Amino acid sequence: MVPTKKRGKSGSLSQLIIPLTALAILLLFNLIRDPGFYAIKVVTNNDGNSVLSGNLISIIDSASALAIIAMGMTLVTAACGGQDISVGAVAAISGAFFVKVANAGGTLTIGSVILGIVVAILGTIAFMMFNGTLVAVFKIQPMIATLILFSCGRSIAYWINGSATPQLISPIIQAMGMTIPGIPIPTPIFAVALMAILLGLVFKFTNLRLYTQSVGINQGAARLNGINPTAIKLLSFVILGVCVAVAAVIGVSRLGQLNHKTLLVDIEMDAILAVAIGGNNLGGGKFRLLGSVLGAYIIQMLTTTLYAMSVPPVNVKAYKAIVIIIIVVAGSPVIKNSVSSLVNRIRTGRKLSAAKGVK
Amino acid sequence: MKRREPLTNTQLLMSIAIGIFVVMYAAAMIGLGGGFMKFQQIFDLLNDNAYLIIIACALTIVMIGGGINISVGGVIGLTVMACALYLNGTGIQSWLGIITTLLLALGIGLAFGIGQGFLVSYLEIQPFIVTLAGMFLSRGLTTILSVDPVKVTNKTHEVFYAFRSTKIEIPFLGYTAANGNLIPGKLEIGAVVALAIVVLMFLMLRYMKLGRNIYALGGNQQSALMLGINVKRTRFLSYVISGLLSGLAGFVFLMHKPAGNASVAMRSEMDAIAASIIGGTLLTGGVGNVIGSFFGVMILATIQKIIALSPLNESWWQDMASGALLGFFILLQSVVLSGREKRRAKASAAKAAVLKE
Repeated sequence: MVPTKKRGKSGSLSQLIIPLTALAILLLFNLIRDPGFYAIKVVTNNDGNSVLSGNLISIIDSASALAIIAMGMTLVTAACGGQDISVGAVAAISGAFFVKVANAGGTLTIGSVILGIVVAILGTIAFMMFNGTLVAVFKIQPMIATLILFSCGRSIAYWINGSATPQLISPIIQAMGMTIPGIPIPTPIFAVALMAILLGLVFKFTNLRLYTQSVGINQGAARLNGINPTAIKLLSFVILGVCVAVAAVIGVSRLGQLNHKTLLVDIEMDAILAVAIGGNNLGGGKFRLLGSVLGAYIIQMLTTTLYAMSVPPVNVKAYKAIVIIIIVVAGSPVIKNSVSSLVNRIRTGRKLSAAKGVK
Repeated sequence: MKRREPLTNTQLLMSIAIGIFVVMYAAAMIGLGGGFMKFQQIFDLLNDNAYLIIIACALTIVMIGGGINISVGGVIGLTVMACALYLNGTGIQSWLGIITTLLLALGIGLAFGIGQGFLVSYLEIQPFIVTLAGMFLSRGLTTILSVDPVKVTNKTHEVFYAFRSTKIEIPFLGYTAANGNLIPGKLEIGAVVALAIVVLMFLMLRYMKLGRNIYALGGNQQSALMLGINVKRTRFLSYVISGLLSGLAGFVFLMHKPAGNASVAMRSEMDAIAASIIGGTLLTGGVGNVIGSFFGVMILATIQKIIALSPLNESWWQDMASGALLGFFILLQSVVLSGREKRRAKASAAKAAVLKE
């Protein structure tokens, strides 16, 4: 079975209109407000490396963890018709795995860091399988099933750590969280690109996209067509697990320490928001990863813009809420329908008048 | 002979919750003794969790209707902050001041309820996203009002302080102290309000048209529409009620702890959701009961109290215990419900076979 690509793409391209418009308006707004916002400079950081600096770089860099988690969240949303609200707490757990293994020998080496990343990914997959089993096998709503790890995940991370905030001070960690000496672009951006390429390849060479969408649209019909919904749902959680582990490693190495209480805190809310802003249906079915990634960058762009307008960080949420409401109202089915009917009326009106003109 | 009607899913799940609460409380009485032997312990649980009981009711109503509302905690935070500022600032120094404060609290809740209800029901936007925005907005507004904690004290508003300190004393549920004095059971006004809300909402859901419409809406929206129920209006009203209740919960919170700060009732929406689930409400809608949610809150509160009194008194143990408890209930519900469904399917298949013959 070869998925008919053209149809799938043209059908869902329209869902990118809202996020692209939102992004364009934000970009335009900043251009009018302060053209200097986009200035990109090459500066020398504390270690003597020349790195790129500027608001745009910082937006793309800071949104990395969110963009990666949003990709995984999109898959889970598409397959299960619900969202995982435990990603922030599970990220704390994977951070704990990473720190524990990377620090095990007392000193950090490249080998121990790589081993740490591998263990973090495997451990996170195990925890995500717990969520996935509840959702796929026991047929529990994703939000309810993940409420369990949401409420106790950070405590599990604390328990794994044994102490409050383990430090990771090493040039390797700095290279992972900030920039690699000699390369001016922050490393987390490469991680996003890597994850995007990996998932892109998976979608290119397997039928995962088709299978996930069919499970999300109609589980029974998918099963009758020989797709195993349980396996597809579990697989979406496994992929989310990999995403969460990578995001957690980015989060830990950015700060050089692991605080189980604050690592990627509230990221689940932003990730779900990114999925929604990206025009994906939160009830499952068709999805576009690009939309969610755009959503993640919109959220970060909004935050950075508000900071640049010297809004105090604690107040940012209120303004963010207003912009979110505007975006979701613009993308709501009712508004979409009325707009399309309006467009149709104008078109038919034109046709009628054109016909009259011919007469 | 009249055949006994089988328990509905709602009743079954609720009875499980009540049973577990009783067993847990009895175990605490035997294992820990002390405070648990006094009736005051139950009163304390009610006093401390009055606001949670109210928002659990709010969540239950929305969840029965097939929606979700995660802004309730944020609305409590905003209400507490606004009311505290009002009482300390221009609040009228008399009984009228308390009434205007209550109206302010209800007004804030109503505003959020109407706004969110409109977006969810008339513009058909995902309830999770709308109420997430509501949560961000309310938390943001709280810090815009004041970043620093605001305390209502005896000096800033005497009448309110006296009102909040008033406790209802019930002598026959009291206990005799070491020195031989009888100490009556003390219940705060907020707890009484919370209990009244539970009863009112129970009656509303059970006997009022709106309540029955909410069940119908959550059970199957299409059927509800075909029965002639105004689906949009019903959903809108369920959010308005939940908004009003969160405003009221904010007022009750202020009576219990008269201080507003940025982290008031943080994450309480998730506790309320957990309590509703434990009490037998399904997120899929159509099934649930506020009495169950009340016991859900009491179960969560009792677990926390037990851990606080046991040698494992650390916050991470509390989290783990409530997580495990939640997991247990969720699995139990899933197993019970799927078992019932299977049995029902078998019974109807058998019936069909008999009819064929």
